Amino acid sequence: MPEQDPIVRRSNFDEVALGFSEETAVIEAQRCILCKKPQCIDGCPVGIDIPGFIKKIAEKDFESAIGIMKDQNSLPAICGRVCPQETQCEAKCVLGIKDKPVAIGRLERFIADWERDVSGIKSPERAKQLGKKVAIVGAGPAGLTCAGDLAKKGYDVTIFEALHATGGVLRYGIPEFRMPNTIIDAEVDYVKQLGVDIQCNIIIGLTFTMDELFEQGYKAIFLGTGAGLPNFMNIPGESLNGIYSANEFLTRNNLMRGYLFPEYDTPIGVGKNAAVIGGGNVAMDSIRTALRLGAEKAYIIYRRSEVELPARIEEIHHAKEEGVIFRILTNPVRYIGDENGWVKAMEVLEMKLGEPDDSGRRRPLPIEGSNYIIEVDTVVVAIGTSPNPLLMRVTSGLETSRWGTINIDEKTGMTSIPGVFAGGDIVTGAATVIEAMGAGKIAARGMHEYITGK
Amino acid sequence: MHRILKKDILAENIKLMEVDAPLVSRRCQPGQFVMIRLHEKGERIPLTIADFNRKNKTITLIFQEVGKSTEEMGFLKEGDSILDVIGPLGLATERKKEEKKVICIAGGVGAAPLFPELRHIKELGNYTVTVLGARSKDLLIWEDELKRYSDEFYITTDDGTEGSEGFVSQKLEELLNDASPDDYAYVLAIGPVPMMRATADTTRPYKLPTFVSLNTIMVDGTGMCGSCRVTVDGKVKFACVDGPEFNGHLVDWNELSARQIRYVPQEKEACEHFHRQLEELGIKPE
Repeated sequence: MPEQDPIVRRSNFDEVALGFSEETAVIEAQRCILCKKPQCIDGCPVGIDIPGFIKKIAEKDFESAIGIMKDQNSLPAICGRVCPQETQCEAKCVLGIKDKPVAIGRLERFIADWERDVSGIKSPERAKQLGKKVAIVGAGPAGLTCAGDLAKKGYDVTIFEALHATGGVLRYGIPEFRMPNTIIDAEVDYVKQLGVDIQCNIIIGLTFTMDELFEQGYKAIFLGTGAGLPNFMNIPGESLNGIYSANEFLTRNNLMRGYLFPEYDTPIGVGKNAAVIGGGNVAMDSIRTALRLGAEKAYIIYRRSEVELPARIEEIHHAKEEGVIFRILTNPVRYIGDENGWVKAMEVLEMKLGEPDDSGRRRPLPIEGSNYIIEVDTVVVAIGTSPNPLLMRVTSGLETSRWGTINIDEKTGMTSIPGVFAGGDIVTGAATVIEAMGAGKIAARGMHEYITGK
Repeated sequence: MHRILKKDILAENIKLMEVDAPLVSRRCQPGQFVMIRLHEKGERIPLTIADFNRKNKTITLIFQEVGKSTEEMGFLKEGDSILDVIGPLGLATERKKEEKKVICIAGGVGAAPLFPELRHIKELGNYTVTVLGARSKDLLIWEDELKRYSDEFYITTDDGTEGSEGFVSQKLEELLNDASPDDYAYVLAIGPVPMMRATADTTRPYKLPTFVSLNTIMVDGTGMCGSCRVTVDGKVKFACVDGPEFNGHLVDWNELSARQIRYVPQEKEACEHFHRQLEELGIKPE
């Protein structure tokens, strides 16, 4: 996959991965041996007919390829960029046993980009209208997918989004160099063309309650409100100036375009020595953003070993190429501030791995007396997020787990409130875009059965 | 888009706007706020809802021009529009009829967020004692509005140009000494951070419950980023969803004061950039 040179790209926000050319795509597609019993489809949370679309690329019938793709997946340009195919479809590809698996993710991105940039996205046919309204709360991956599927069935779908822009985590969380906003706009536009109405700046629970939505005639509601509550470590000094949650850091930069300050009004501050606490994709996004905003030294501070890093290998690799220093088996203990309340250093200690904990990963144990100081002036805490409790606080009867996630029936996606469904991070806790999309599909089926079964 | 239906200049750099906002005006309660974004490149800033008219579907906002966004907003005229007005956000304050008197204190532009709270407290049947303070008489706003809902009404100015000379906290100390602090149920103080802090310090020895409304830096306003985090009673709270009202005696004021100024260098740069743009366009400030 052609990419921007690391030295060049660490000071711009342009997309890192440049995409396959037509020639490369066709050659790669021709590698697929079109198994009689394709294992790859099982690995896909939204059940794309993978051999189907790849065969068409191999035959240079790109129009049919995207048609097959969009049968199951309304957001292929997004999936092609952020799905961890290496642990999903590609992990099951039989070619991967002896050689490299077919580059399914690259081909998905190629065909989606071809449609957008070369052929022009075909306006979809509007389904025959059933005359029934459904409400989707949240215009993130789960909500957009659920909305698209229900619109295709003929429902009158409205998405209510709390922020002023669509996409959820896609827009506020994932930086331009991995997920350009123009791509999100094009994908959302397709969903709108299916007939979905998207209303931004409406916070369900505050602007309208769910009861009011039912009173307004919506037959069912899908909650895709995400895991937007940032987790902090609650160690001393965490509220010093210069310390951000990953949500704040990325929202200022991505959603509010802080990297274009002062042309855009929202500021974002990054000093010379930046550290990100965490090891997932969000942590990689955060530290690579800090580099692009001017950090000279950029650290990833992660308490387990390199093997346990949850981030995509590709993103860890990109981060290293860009000069990020990985301090693994390291955990912060406290932050030290100057006399004006700004962070100037953090005290960390070294960890060693013990027996596996609940998550199955080896438990990190502190090595007594191994404390040392790292000079930092910018810290981003990227240790995960929890479900945004706002909606749950104002809605009675919505059963949640002890972590604040909404409980649902796995088969239908329905919550403890009849007619109210949920999916995505608000149910699972922070997870991937594609899992959210899979949940959106399940709920769409569940909502359709609920409404027609009445 | 939200049209500006009315605009008034209340004092130097303090303006009032009545804005068309049907989805906010229908359910908003005293204590709640909105996030404003003027245009596509704008930042999101919180402003407390100073008043609302459910019939006309409007809300009233009062703001002080303290930086680029508020200055830019100050240029908008009746008939212009604001891109995003999002709300109502924050917890609606819960009040009741108290046995004892209630003291309400407003500092400067704090008179705006105090007004709907004071009105609500009075309408519940409470005896209200209000202190309105400002640096000088030209910076006093909404005197008549606050007076209307006050059983006792006092004005203080730092320079003595109207009312008693001194700070609101000094007047408060007087009131607590003259009567007995036991005469009062609680104090609600809204204004600049040092003023709210001084109020809490004044009432602390009397163990008189004191509530403050915090105007922290915010980005989304719905609890997803933590920009507005403040330590209250040793725990981290988000002003946008756990507040904006908090127990004044439990707020970590040192931390809050430090966090309020963390973007001063960028704010300065933004203002300079804005003023250069105005110069190039030949626009003079009002």
